[in-house]
Amino acid sequence: MTSEVVAAAPVPVPGRAQRVREIAEELRGLRGALIPILHAVQEEFGYVDQPDVAVIADVLNLAVAEVHGVVTFYKDFRRTAAGRTTVAICQAEACRAVGAVELADHAQRTVGCGFGETTYDGRVSIEEIYCFGNCALGPTVQVAGTLHGRVTPARLDALLGDAR
Amino acid sequence: MTQPGRTPEPAAAAAPSVRVFVPRDSAARSVGADEVAERIAALDGNTAVVRTGSRGMLWLEPLVEVETAHGRVGYGPVAPEDVDGLVAAGMLDGAAVGPHLGPVEELPWMKRQQRLTFQRVGVVDPLSTADYLEHGGIAGLRAALAMTAGDVVETVVDSGLRGRGGAGFPTGIKWRTVLNADADLKFVCCNADEGDSGTYADRMLIEGDPFTLIEGMTIAAYAVGAAEGYVYLRSEYPDAVATLQAAIELARAEGWLGPDILGSGFGFDLHVRVGAGAYICGEETSMLESLEGKRGMVRAKPPIPALEGLFGRPTVVNNVLSLATVPTIVANGAAAYAAYGTGRSLGTSVFQLGGNVARGGIVETAFGITLGELVNDFGGGTSSGRPVRAVQVGGPLGAYLPVEQFDLPMDYEAFAAAGAMVGHGGIVVFDETVDMAAMARFAFEFCAAESCGKCTPCRVGAVRGVETIDRIVAGTDRTQNLVLLEDLCELMTDGSLCAMGGLTPMPVRSAVRHFGEDFHA
Repeated sequence: MTSEVVAAAPVPVPGRAQRVREIAEELRGLRGALIPILHAVQEEFGYVDQPDVAVIADVLNLAVAEVHGVVTFYKDFRRTAAGRTTVAICQAEACRAVGAVELADHAQRTVGCGFGETTYDGRVSIEEIYCFGNCALGPTVQVAGTLHGRVTPARLDALLGDAR
Repeated sequence: MTQPGRTPEPAAAAAPSVRVFVPRDSAARSVGADEVAERIAALDGNTAVVRTGSRGMLWLEPLVEVETAHGRVGYGPVAPEDVDGLVAAGMLDGAAVGPHLGPVEELPWMKRQQRLTFQRVGVVDPLSTADYLEHGGIAGLRAALAMTAGDVVETVVDSGLRGRGGAGFPTGIKWRTVLNADADLKFVCCNADEGDSGTYADRMLIEGDPFTLIEGMTIAAYAVGAAEGYVYLRSEYPDAVATLQAAIELARAEGWLGPDILGSGFGFDLHVRVGAGAYICGEETSMLESLEGKRGMVRAKPPIPALEGLFGRPTVVNNVLSLATVPTIVANGAAAYAAYGTGRSLGTSVFQLGGNVARGGIVETAFGITLGELVNDFGGGTSSGRPVRAVQVGGPLGAYLPVEQFDLPMDYEAFAAAGAMVGHGGIVVFDETVDMAAMARFAFEFCAAESCGKCTPCRVGAVRGVETIDRIVAGTDRTQNLVLLEDLCELMTDGSLCAMGGLTPMPVRSAVRHFGEDFHA
């Protein structure tokens, strides 16, 4: 760990509202457009900010509460930025059968934050995931978007490397 | 291609002479298949690497196959750092070196299977339309377009095909309802929200042979008169999303999708929708809500989706494997498919071995194979080497079964009679170190976290279930709390709106019944 501290609060992106409106207007013609729009916003900005919700609601002619309800229902939609590296650890039955609970304990201890949290310096976020469909090669962990099978605590430490 | 009688182009002389197959399936990639493929591709200009799906022998991944005069010879598992040595020792000539397995088709694990749905997975390049046609693709769609819609539906009814998503409802009957519904617009929706632990056949099929799913959905659309289709694919499967989207583009270019499919005048188009991390969206009505852009909350049935589904229109909702099995049924006839299986469970099923298992992977056989044959003969027991203690069949909401029940045949009715369910054929193996009270508690915990919250038995019952198990394990009024637990399970089973709350008691009750000793502190 270094002493470098990154501000936890997201830095406002200039023109964000305009860009969110563009994304929403581009996709509004899709059937059931809200979820594709939210995915697209998160893809570009890393999370769905509260002001984005009102913009999207306006474009789709929905109540703000309705959009808010969808954003908060689905686990994928983040309300704040994630750490620079996201570690997702499968906690479902097949991975539990081969030590996923112990692996998660190890990860939380060594990284220094719990599931759904980001380290104080913004380096790493840890998430629990229920199934990557890698059930014959567990425990399974996704580090920065790449899937790894048969992950032991030592292997996880190596995968995290400098990110930690 | 060089035509006979023509002088080969100079470039043809430099064309690679050896074809090597390395999976691009995400399970294979999770243990280094990309690095292995890169090493082989970097060797020289004489080797062409073809990225396929996985054969399903996941303990052998990364599995490298070399094309020889005697068929495709396998080596596995191959670590990236082994590649140079194996090549120097003659791997590209099929030599018996290192982790040499011989011809892959002749391996006992492969030979014992009856692959219909998975016939091309691991064999073909998933994004090669030429490969697809060469291996029998589109034959089902051509056959369907030559029939009336009603005849296609009756073929599927006669085949005995049942839903592969878990409930086992006859697919053809569902289609008949949609065909007979009168509407200006109908939909076909593929439920690819494979959220259950221990299941990955949908993912492997989409990553390994996506055109089969596209073909099956197109046949379904023709059979019921639907113009639009949606695949609801979970976000946890990014490779499957990318592969399917690429395959849809290619299918449109081939005229397998679009306004005039294969020149028949029939039009159908297909779209991918990515889920957003909600287990409940695997339930069909929740999935429809999510497709409509709402919270994935369960709808009460009736009305059934076949009559009032997506945006209120008649909708076919089927699982990936049900739809992907349709092309082979239509191409070869209902009788050929119904000849497999047992009782009312006809055809083949794709079983998935996972968890603490020595040889985990995909086994497609006729229904009727026993649980023990799958776990012991195919799976080789546990990977830890300790005795098997419990297996959970059919996902997180399926029963935990002890080894005493290993003679149960994989048959919807036989499993139901034993208080269990075949579900989608996922089998998760646990060794003797498993704490079954902890697993029962986890079933409730999972239900509490993933419940959509619409009905009280599921939303509140799951929370009370966790508390009750905690009291039992702590030894607080154990006898009374076991009675209370049973009462709670009965209420959730009978009173929940959908299978989430209705089936959560299944793992709990089976754990108490078969592994009662774990509930005593």
